[in-house]
Amino acid sequence: MDLTIPSTDLTAILPQITLIGAASVLLLLSLSDRLRRAMPYLALLALAVVAVQVAGLWGQAPRSFTDMMVRDDFTGFADLIFIAGAILTILISVAYAETHGIDRGEYYALILFAVSGMSLMAASVDLFTFFLSLEVLSISLYVLIGFERGEPMSNEGALKYFLLGAFASGFILYGIALIYGATGTTHYQDLTTFVNHAVPGPKNLLLLAGLGLLLVGLGFKVSMAPFHGWTPDVYQGAPTPISAFMATGSKAAGFAVLIRVFASVFAELRVDWVPLLWGLTVLTMTIGNIVALVQTDLKRLLAYSSIAHAGYMLLAIVAGGAEGSSSILFYLLVYTLMNVAAFGVIAVLSAKGEASHTLDEIAGLGVRRPALAAVMAVAMFSLAGIPPTAGFMAKFYVFSAVVKADFLGLAVIGVLNSGVSLYYYLRVVVWMYMRESTRPVPSPADRRLSLNGLAALFISALALLQIGIMPSSLLQIAQRAVLMLR
Amino acid sequence: MLTDYISVLVFTVVAVAFVAINLFLSRLLRPRNPYPEKLTSYECGEDPEGQSWIQFNIRFYVVALIFLIFEVEIAFLYPWGVVMKQLGLAAYLEMAVFILILGAGFVYVWKKGDLEWVKESDVIAVLERRQAEEEAQRARRTSPRDLPEAVTSDQ
Repeated sequence: MDLTIPSTDLTAILPQITLIGAASVLLLLSLSDRLRRAMPYLALLALAVVAVQVAGLWGQAPRSFTDMMVRDDFTGFADLIFIAGAILTILISVAYAETHGIDRGEYYALILFAVSGMSLMAASVDLFTFFLSLEVLSISLYVLIGFERGEPMSNEGALKYFLLGAFASGFILYGIALIYGATGTTHYQDLTTFVNHAVPGPKNLLLLAGLGLLLVGLGFKVSMAPFHGWTPDVYQGAPTPISAFMATGSKAAGFAVLIRVFASVFAELRVDWVPLLWGLTVLTMTIGNIVALVQTDLKRLLAYSSIAHAGYMLLAIVAGGAEGSSSILFYLLVYTLMNVAAFGVIAVLSAKGEASHTLDEIAGLGVRRPALAAVMAVAMFSLAGIPPTAGFMAKFYVFSAVVKADFLGLAVIGVLNSGVSLYYYLRVVVWMYMRESTRPVPSPADRRLSLNGLAALFISALALLQIGIMPSSLLQIAQRAVLMLR
Repeated sequence: MLTDYISVLVFTVVAVAFVAINLFLSRLLRPRNPYPEKLTSYECGEDPEGQSWIQFNIRFYVVALIFLIFEVEIAFLYPWGVVMKQLGLAAYLEMAVFILILGAGFVYVWKKGDLEWVKESDVIAVLERRQAEEEAQRARRTSPRDLPEAVTSDQ
């Protein structure tokens, strides 16, 4: 028997290797208590190094592990979303973790592990490496959600996400098995060839069943209705920065795979899956927006809003093509900034001991803490899609992709849904600025907030306005990133 | 395409039928004589206490997880050891990285005290709690007037 090790060119996964190495080092350093306060900054340093590596590999497309991993510009753009989300999450975590007794090195190490999982998911061009990376991401998240061990809600969220996540993994594996049974390959490129050269005749039911199961599993990860049930409980129970991290990174990773698999590999089978996804998209948007109307808990409200936003992004998957894919990438980056800003305000206040989970508790925030209220207002306007914030441009690109792909009905339903969502986003703004405060105005000494958190909030708010006013350069990068998908 | 799976179907049906028929036949033929010793859970050389359907200590799972990791390591090391000379330096380095990562996890678990059946930190916590309780009791005994609600409830 002749054995050879496949070429060991690891350039394609250099950033992921850096992430995993840094996470392991953090894990070992967390054994001693001396470096406890330096942990978040070490994690930030690692993420900065990875960002430089990603930028350095831009424009090339190295492949690793017998073509199972690729670092094209699509991976690069997705990585930038994950890294931005992780950096902002760590910044809003520092003060929160200290006051909630979870400031341990493991917390930051797990965030790095999760980012490596997301990044590997986006880089995977084989169903197996995709599944393995998904597990790396999911297992890190299970632990992170339950990190506040004393909190029953945190434990409940972790257990729910773990049980349902394990179930979703089962669906994905079964889907992969059926796809392999039908085509004899798990590699994206071979799958594309198989689909494009299929002999005309009766439909390949085994392949379609596999595709459907894969959609169920991925739908769970991006909280697509009717697989969205876990979202509110988990977002409410998890430590607030982790809710932000999940809403941004985990969702972005799920969509990266959806784009690769549905918008690119199985694009030829659109006739078969578009009607299904059409219905699921409408259901996701509608359920998210209608149920969000009656929420009084801010984290639950943001959870239902995240379901609705998953619906908007699914619109672009239905639209398909380069335009649909690039509009999702743009949307994901903007969505990351909006969510970090919204969850970040809650986390920063919570770190000061001012629980701000319900509408009652943020009443009069505009008087008490004008700067935080302003950030929250920008986030809400952006989530609602009101110009000149970035949320408007993101929605604009998605809807224009949908209209150009001739799904006029879907675009109309989307815009109507977006109109419904105005009510609950603006209600938050109304409560902040037009209600009497239930709490006294803090004294100057009490006003001081954690600098890290404030930095993250202002970076996201300013970026939202900046992208909203000048979106074209970012959009061009997103458009170039999806060119390499084929 | 689907016809390729017909053998799988046949195999499944035969397997299920084989077990079901044998169980049914032995049920007809065997004597039936249950007595208490026969119904207890199996235990080697000891008198079993109670049922086996009890809640197990969570520490078993930690031990099982660690065992699993090293089990997988062995499963990788054996074939690697057999063909290592053919594969050369690259294979050696890859396995070194693999063991290094496992080693990091091992060091972490060891340092955290999860390899001890009774953790040192747990013992300290229990002792501290017991000490606090004793002190509270002593305080109660020396100054009963400090607990007016207990007194009123007695009357």
